[in-house]
Amino acid sequence: MTTLPRLQHMIGSGIVAAVGIWVTYVSYTQQPSEAFLFPRLISTVFVVLALWTFAKACLGWTKVGGGITATQFKNLVPGLLVALVYIFWAAKGLGFYTATAIAFFILLSLYDPASHKELKTWGKRILITAVFMIVMYGLFAKLLTVYTPREVFF
Amino acid sequence: MEFLYYFGDVFTPINFGLLLLGTIGGLILGATPGLSPTMAVALLIPFTFQLQAAQGLILLGAAYTSTVAGGAVSAILLKIPGAPANIATTLDGHTMAQKGEGAKALQISFLASAVGGVFGVLLLIFLTPVLAKWALAFGPSHLFWLAILGVTVIGSLDSKSVVKGLLSGCIGLWLATIGFDDIMGAQRFIFHPSLGGGINIIAALIGLFAIPQVITMFAKGRKGDGAEVLKVQKHPISGAFKELFRNKRAMGIGTAVGSVIGLIPGVGGQIAGLVAYDQSKKFSPDRDKFGTGHPEGVIAAESANNAMVGPSLVPLLTLSIPGSPTAAVLLGGLLIHGIFPGTDLFDNHPDVAWTFINSMLIGQILMCIFGLYVAGLAAKVAQVPQSVMAAVVLGLAVFGSYSVQSSMGDVYVMASLGVMMYFLERFGFSAAPLVLGLILGPIAEANFIQGSMIANATDGLAPYFLGGPLNIFLIAVVIASVAYSAYMELRTKRYTSKEEILA
Repeated sequence: MTTLPRLQHMIGSGIVAAVGIWVTYVSYTQQPSEAFLFPRLISTVFVVLALWTFAKACLGWTKVGGGITATQFKNLVPGLLVALVYIFWAAKGLGFYTATAIAFFILLSLYDPASHKELKTWGKRILITAVFMIVMYGLFAKLLTVYTPREVFF
Repeated sequence: MEFLYYFGDVFTPINFGLLLLGTIGGLILGATPGLSPTMAVALLIPFTFQLQAAQGLILLGAAYTSTVAGGAVSAILLKIPGAPANIATTLDGHTMAQKGEGAKALQISFLASAVGGVFGVLLLIFLTPVLAKWALAFGPSHLFWLAILGVTVIGSLDSKSVVKGLLSGCIGLWLATIGFDDIMGAQRFIFHPSLGGGINIIAALIGLFAIPQVITMFAKGRKGDGAEVLKVQKHPISGAFKELFRNKRAMGIGTAVGSVIGLIPGVGGQIAGLVAYDQSKKFSPDRDKFGTGHPEGVIAAESANNAMVGPSLVPLLTLSIPGSPTAAVLLGGLLIHGIFPGTDLFDNHPDVAWTFINSMLIGQILMCIFGLYVAGLAAKVAQVPQSVMAAVVLGLAVFGSYSVQSSMGDVYVMASLGVMMYFLERFGFSAAPLVLGLILGPIAEANFIQGSMIANATDGLAPYFLGGPLNIFLIAVVIASVAYSAYMELRTKRYTSKEEILA
C-alpha cells in the first residue's frame, strides 16, 4: 500500500475512533443511566472495533478501501462545494426552485464533457435545466403539493 | 391460498397504473449506470406519501423488480452493468450483442428474469404466511437477537472487511439512538437542533444511497463514459422462447440459486448472478463457450438475480428484519404508513400485504413484456452524461428529503450522512450494515429494554438473554456468520489493488 492511502486511512479511522470514544464517554457519563443502557452496550462494541481499525491503519495493515486520489479529490471539490452551498444556504436563502435551478446549471456546466466554447452546448445546458425544473415543479409543487421555501424569487 | 382473494385489487385502475409506472420507470432507471435499485427505490419513497400503503408499496415493489431486470439492458448493450446484480450478465450478454445478437440477448434476459422472478415471488407467497405464524413464538430476547443478527450478517457478509462491516453496523445502531429516549424522555446525542426528533429514516436512506453516488460522479470529472450503444438487429421472440426451452438446465440452476441466496440476509443479487453463472458453467457440456456470447450464461445470471427479489423480502415481511438494503428501504416505505411487518401485517393489513405481493407477481410479467419494448429507450437513457445524472439525483434527493416532514433539518441530515458515507466508503466501510443498524436499532433497543424489565422480574439478565434454545440458536448464527466472514477474509488476504485505488 502506498503512503497516501495509509495516511488517509489513519485520518479516516482516527475520526471514527474519536467519535466512538466520544459516544462511549457520553453513554457512560450522562444521566439518567436507564436511558443510556442500550447506547452503553453498542458504544462498547463500537469503540473496540473503531480502535482496532485505527490500530490496523496505523500499522499499515488495512486491506480494503482505496482512499481518494489527488485527481479524484480535485474533481469532486468544486461539485461538492456547490452542493453544500446549495443545501446548507441557497435552498433556504434563495428558495428551493431558484437555488436548484442555479445549482443544477452550475453542476451541469462544471461536469458536462461537451465543449464550453460553443454557444450550442450552452443552449443545451439551459434547455436541460429548464426541463428539469419544470418536471420538479410539476412533481413536487403540483402533484405532491409540497410547500418548499420560496424566499427571494420563486 | 389467501393471496387469491386479493388478486383483483392489483387490477383497480390506480393500482395497475402505479404498477405500470413503477415497472416502466424502473426499467429505465435500472438501465442507467450508477442508479442502483436501492437508490432508485429510496428516491421514490417521497412520491408514496400521498398514496395509500398498498399503492405506495406497489410502486416501490415494481420499481425494485424492474430496476434489477433493467440493469441487463446497459450490461448487454453498453457493457456497463446497470446494477451490481447484472455483472454476470455482462460476461456473455455483451459478447452476444457484439456478434449482432443484442436483441436475442435482451429477449432471453427478460424472459429468464420473468421466469426466475415469478418463481421467487411464489416462494414469497407460500413461505411468508408460514414464517409469520412461526414469528409469533418470538419474545423480546429473540427479537433483540434477530435485530442484532440482521446487522451482523449484513455487516460481515456484505462488506469487504468484517471489522469495518460490523463497525458500520455499530455506527448505524448509534445513529438510531439519537434524539429523545422513548421511555425516560431523556435527550441523547442531540448536538444540533435538527436532531431533536432523531434521524428521519427516509431522509437518511436517501442521503446514504444517493449522495455518495453523486459525489462519485463528481470525482470522475468531466470525462465522458465513452460507452457506445451497440446496434440491435431484429430477432423473433419465438426464437427467444425456443432458446429458453433449450437451456432449461441453466434456467433451473439460476432460479434455484437465486431463490436460495435471496433467503439469506445480506447476500445480494450480485452474488446470486455470479454463483448461478459459475454453477451453470460447471454443469454445462458447453462450458468452453461461456464468456464467448453463450445464451446459457445470460439465462443463468438473469434468472438468478430476479429469482432473488421475492425471497429477499421473506425475512422483512415475517420477522421485520430486512434481508437486503433494498428491503430496508421498503421497510421505510411501510413504516411511514404506520404498518409494521410480521404478524401485524398479515393479521391487520392482509389487503396491503397480499396486494403488494400479488403486484410483484404481475409486475414480473409486465416487466418482461415492457422490457422488450423499453430496452431501446432505456439504452438511450443509459447514455445520459454523468453530469446530468449527478445534478438530477442531487435535486431529487434535496426535494425528496424535504418533502418527508417539510423540514430543512431532514435535508441537512440527508446531506451530512451522505457526505460522511462517501468518505467512509472510500475507506472500506459499507452503507448496507449502517442502514440496517439505523433501521433495526429502535427494534433492538425496544426489545432489549422490554427484555431487561422481564429479566429483572424473573431469572436475571444473563439467563433471559442467553438461555433457551432459540436464543442460543440465534447467537450461534451471529457468531457463525462473523467467524465465517473473518475466516474468508483472512484466507483471501484482500489487499487494496491499484485498480481499486484508481476507481
